[in-house]
Amino acid sequence: MKAREHILGKIQRALEVDPSHDAARRRAVAERLQRHGRHTVPARGQLPDEERIALFRRMLEAVAGTTGRVTSRAEVPTALAAHLEARGLPLRLRRGSDPRLEEMPWERAGALEVATGPAEDGDTAGLVYAFAGIAETGTSVAVSGADNPTTLSFLPEEAIILVDADTIAGDMETVLSALRTRYGTALPRTVNFITGPSRSADIEQTLLLGAHGPRALHVLIVG
Amino acid sequence: MDVTSPAFKENAARALDDAQLQRALGNIRHGFVEKRRVAADALPEFEQLRDEAKAIKDHTLAHLDLYLEAFCETVEARGGTVTFAETAYDARRAVLDICREHEAKTVTKAKSMVSEEIELNRYLKKKGIAPVETDLGEYILQIRDEAPSHIIAPAIHLNRDQIEADFRRVHTHLPNERDLAEPATLLGEARTILRQKFLTADVGVTGANFLVAETGSAVIVTNEGNADLTQSLPKVHIVVASIEKVVPTLEDAATLLRVLARSATGQDMSVYTTMATGPRREGDPDGPEAFHVVLVDNGRSGMIGTDFQEMLRCIRCGACMNHCPVYHAVGGHTYGWVYPGPMGSVLTPSLVGVDQAGQLPNASTFCGRCESVCPVRIPLPKLMRHWREDEFARHLQPRAARTGLGAWAFLARRPRAYRMLTGLAARALSLAGGTKGRLSSLPLAGGWTKHRDLPAPAPRTFMADWKARRGA
Repeated sequence: MKAREHILGKIQRALEVDPSHDAARRRAVAERLQRHGRHTVPARGQLPDEERIALFRRMLEAVAGTTGRVTSRAEVPTALAAHLEARGLPLRLRRGSDPRLEEMPWERAGALEVATGPAEDGDTAGLVYAFAGIAETGTSVAVSGADNPTTLSFLPEEAIILVDADTIAGDMETVLSALRTRYGTALPRTVNFITGPSRSADIEQTLLLGAHGPRALHVLIVG
Repeated sequence: MDVTSPAFKENAARALDDAQLQRALGNIRHGFVEKRRVAADALPEFEQLRDEAKAIKDHTLAHLDLYLEAFCETVEARGGTVTFAETAYDARRAVLDICREHEAKTVTKAKSMVSEEIELNRYLKKKGIAPVETDLGEYILQIRDEAPSHIIAPAIHLNRDQIEADFRRVHTHLPNERDLAEPATLLGEARTILRQKFLTADVGVTGANFLVAETGSAVIVTNEGNADLTQSLPKVHIVVASIEKVVPTLEDAATLLRVLARSATGQDMSVYTTMATGPRREGDPDGPEAFHVVLVDNGRSGMIGTDFQEMLRCIRCGACMNHCPVYHAVGGHTYGWVYPGPMGSVLTPSLVGVDQAGQLPNASTFCGRCESVCPVRIPLPKLMRHWREDEFARHLQPRAARTGLGAWAFLARRPRAYRMLTGLAARALSLAGGTKGRLSSLPLAGGWTKHRDLPAPAPRTFMADWKARRGA
């Protein structure tokens, strides 16, 4: 506690603040935290629906992600089985208990084995349902919890993310507002903004995929 | 980390003669600069975003005490704890105490410059806790027992063959005849080894790019995903961050993120941007059970209210060093402490003292490229000039430099003598340059001409030329 008082006291003296006559500064801070105003939002993502979705796919593919699209949730299991097969991966994946995932007709996907829960060492593919997408940068936004455990996006060899087409926003700010609407100020433990598969350029600035996280990222747009 | 900044000159001479290093430094000139330019050009709003990023930081610093208080409140409301640390010792001690409280034996770490500053690894090791760096570059440096030479590309001073030799030396459990000729095979080997470390660590330590007062979140950016495995697998997540990392709101963080990745690596967005808020919630099947933030001052509060407050805007993108001709020539280790390049030349004297680091702000050509690319518009050349003045006022420079400056000042106040002497010098150097127009050696400037030729000046000074033309 003493360190906190020392540091804050030093800052106040340096700023020439008298803590007992500090109402104006306190108001300014409270107001800014309440208002959480937006700064310049790039025009890039401000597009009609289909063009926005196209931008999302283009931006993600530019950073080595792959994308696909299905018209309804019922098509997801077969689309995922086909994707894993095309990539030469074992026909199994792990997912959380998101009701949208629970309700899918997994039996249609034939040999696809679907496990649930947080990721385990040796998992080849992890599946999460995104909270939203951001067209501006090709980013998927996932939130932690039993519905979609965080580790599913990081531990398996391949990360697969489902993004509902109508949640793909033009910009990051729209998604921040949606998070606030859904969770208030109590954000989930982890909010992940994911833009492509894991990479490193630490060896001679040579870009390599699959540093620690997934070697590949596939985003399947639903709707 | 030991400060070798007073030996800058010797460090620089060694760096210039180091063929391996010079080869590696070529990668910066060709990579980062072009990537940043392309990313900035692709976003029409980029310059405006830089102005806003600067304003966000200025506002926060002017209310830093209040935003730190707000951040503490929100972290605690989400079930986390905040510890303030006045010094480097207090900070590493705070991390150790948390580790001991949880009976930790091993700690995974994501890349964090402030953890270098507080010498966390050395301390934990001494206290019987094994820290493992998980960023690929930092892992390479840890097995070499070396410090980072760049704030975002820590192993930029190394070449592939050096890394191969280190892996063969340290990973002795693997067959000797394995093929490590490609960077990808090196990465694969590190990935396999670190995977086990991630899965068994008791505590994960990360830095933070931003701390959000509104939500109590730590925003952590990586491309590898190592910070995410570091913070989501162990039962404890410790964030070590300096006090100026706090920003008011999520929207403020969003604007800063837009300029950060573009300035650093030329990406529109880093691969993984993660907002971590408190420990795992009831019903969460993964994530840490405890969340601690250690807020490090270590000299920063002393910069507030001074000329150097502007330096606290820095978001550690590395653009200034990527564009610095001095950094390109001598690399990061030459600067002798944690922070190299122009930002280090301003920050290091603030944090370790100008008496130790006075040579750093002198190691600048004042070309101004650093300021021109700084996403938060820190006037780095101006701040380096402040340090030079401070150093001069405190009589810290060597006698030769003071005498030289004194002689120059004497002449500068006597324009006629100054013009006559510079006119003579220009003519003499121009003649000496001959038809090549270059000088390969020069008395009193051997340090310069040893590594490159000095272009010979025009035979007439600008003033003389101007006068002649006006007369004509």
